[in-house]
Amino acid sequence: MAILEVKDLHKQFEGFQVLKGINFELEKGQVMSIIGSSGSGKTTLLRCITQLETADQGMIMVDGSITFDSASKKKLSSEEKRKNQLKTGLVFQSFNLFPQYNVLENVTLAMKLAAERRPDFKENKKEIYEEIDDKAKVLIAKMGLSEKLKNYPCELSGGQQQRVSIVRAMALEPSILFFDEPTSALDPELTGEVLKVIRELAEEKMTMVIVTHEMDFAREVSDKIIFMDQGIIAESGSADDLINNPKTDRLKAFLSKVK
Amino acid sequence: MTFGKITTDLLAGLGQNIELFLLTLAFALPLGLLITFGSMSKFKPLKYLTKTFVWIIRGTPLMLQLFVVFYIPGLVFGYPMKSRMFAAAIAFIINYACYFSEIYRGGIESIPNGQYEAGQVLGMTKSQTFFRVVLMQVVKRIIPPMGNELLTLVKDTSLARVIAIGEVIMAAERYTARGLIWPLFYTGVYFLALCGILTLLFGWIEKKFSYYR
Repeated sequence: MAILEVKDLHKQFEGFQVLKGINFELEKGQVMSIIGSSGSGKTTLLRCITQLETADQGMIMVDGSITFDSASKKKLSSEEKRKNQLKTGLVFQSFNLFPQYNVLENVTLAMKLAAERRPDFKENKKEIYEEIDDKAKVLIAKMGLSEKLKNYPCELSGGQQQRVSIVRAMALEPSILFFDEPTSALDPELTGEVLKVIRELAEEKMTMVIVTHEMDFAREVSDKIIFMDQGIIAESGSADDLINNPKTDRLKAFLSKVK
Repeated sequence: MTFGKITTDLLAGLGQNIELFLLTLAFALPLGLLITFGSMSKFKPLKYLTKTFVWIIRGTPLMLQLFVVFYIPGLVFGYPMKSRMFAAAIAFIINYACYFSEIYRGGIESIPNGQYEAGQVLGMTKSQTFFRVVLMQVVKRIIPPMGNELLTLVKDTSLARVIAIGEVIMAAERYTARGLIWPLFYTGVYFLALCGILTLLFGWIEKKFSYYR
């Protein structure tokens, strides 16, 4: 069964149709890249699935739960919304780390706040916090950032900041991890370290959706690529197929521009 | 009339300035935040009511507001103000809360949307995101304009003499009436000292917050 299902998704901003009926499915453990020129709706699609925007029409299902359905009148409670929210993780183009917290605090803040809901929080606060810290340290070590635990974001390079923001999203154990142009804000020599981390996650069979302009990377890491153009999926298929044998003129034109 | 006597006399007057300063600070800082929430509210009537109120307070002289708070309760409602300091504090608190609210609003609006979005995708509630993520960044950003505003407040406390609060300039004017003019100019030293302390304090706070950007 698909872990992510998007059906007939529409979204408009002030009368301008940004998404005009998006349909796709993604299997657990797969990596999907979304390519297309700017303004094609890639980021809006990601923001609708991660609930930063509310779509106008259509259906989204993540890991067995319907997180959006325009046909349903049922209102989700804030608790249900929060649960749905945590099924998707998002890594931003501009990192959006919290500047006043160090690396460890950035990774643990959301987990510690969520722990306050546990019935045994008051009695076991210290143990719970230690457990969270330990878990975060393991993940941070995996990213090779153990020496930066106590550093603040402004003391890190862009590549290190983006790796921290990946750990921060991973720590909440989302079913699917989304990346919105994760290397676009980085100097070329720093993109490598971030792409390496994503590659490692792919090897561990993390389900991921990546909006990217790095065509070589997309082809190498993805099981599936969709090409978006003017609010629709103009072409989709396996990574090699799509990039080596584009069928539509629009994709051919796009690939010749970015290569 | 010795220099020492005049110095202690003026110092007693300065006590009134400091009392008014501290009262204003203690109540206007939180009240300002409430006004900010009002003026940023999505509920239109509240938003425009708050904005109109801020316009009236910022658009009229503080001196006039002192007269209104001190005289109107007695003239219109038959309950004369019993305490001059209480009246002055009310006027100052309301006036400064409005200025603070605009500084807060500027600070809050300068925080990039990405911070709120990061909080949301990490499953934090809106209030958790505001109080645990955004607020500290706002505080850092508003330190310089707040320092400015507090220096103005120190000097504005002298206005309270229009409702006969015996603050430092009023204390000096008693000497002027008797033909001694220099104590009036001497009061400048007192203000300089207070503002000097505040400037040092704000420099120290700014440094405390310099560990992040």
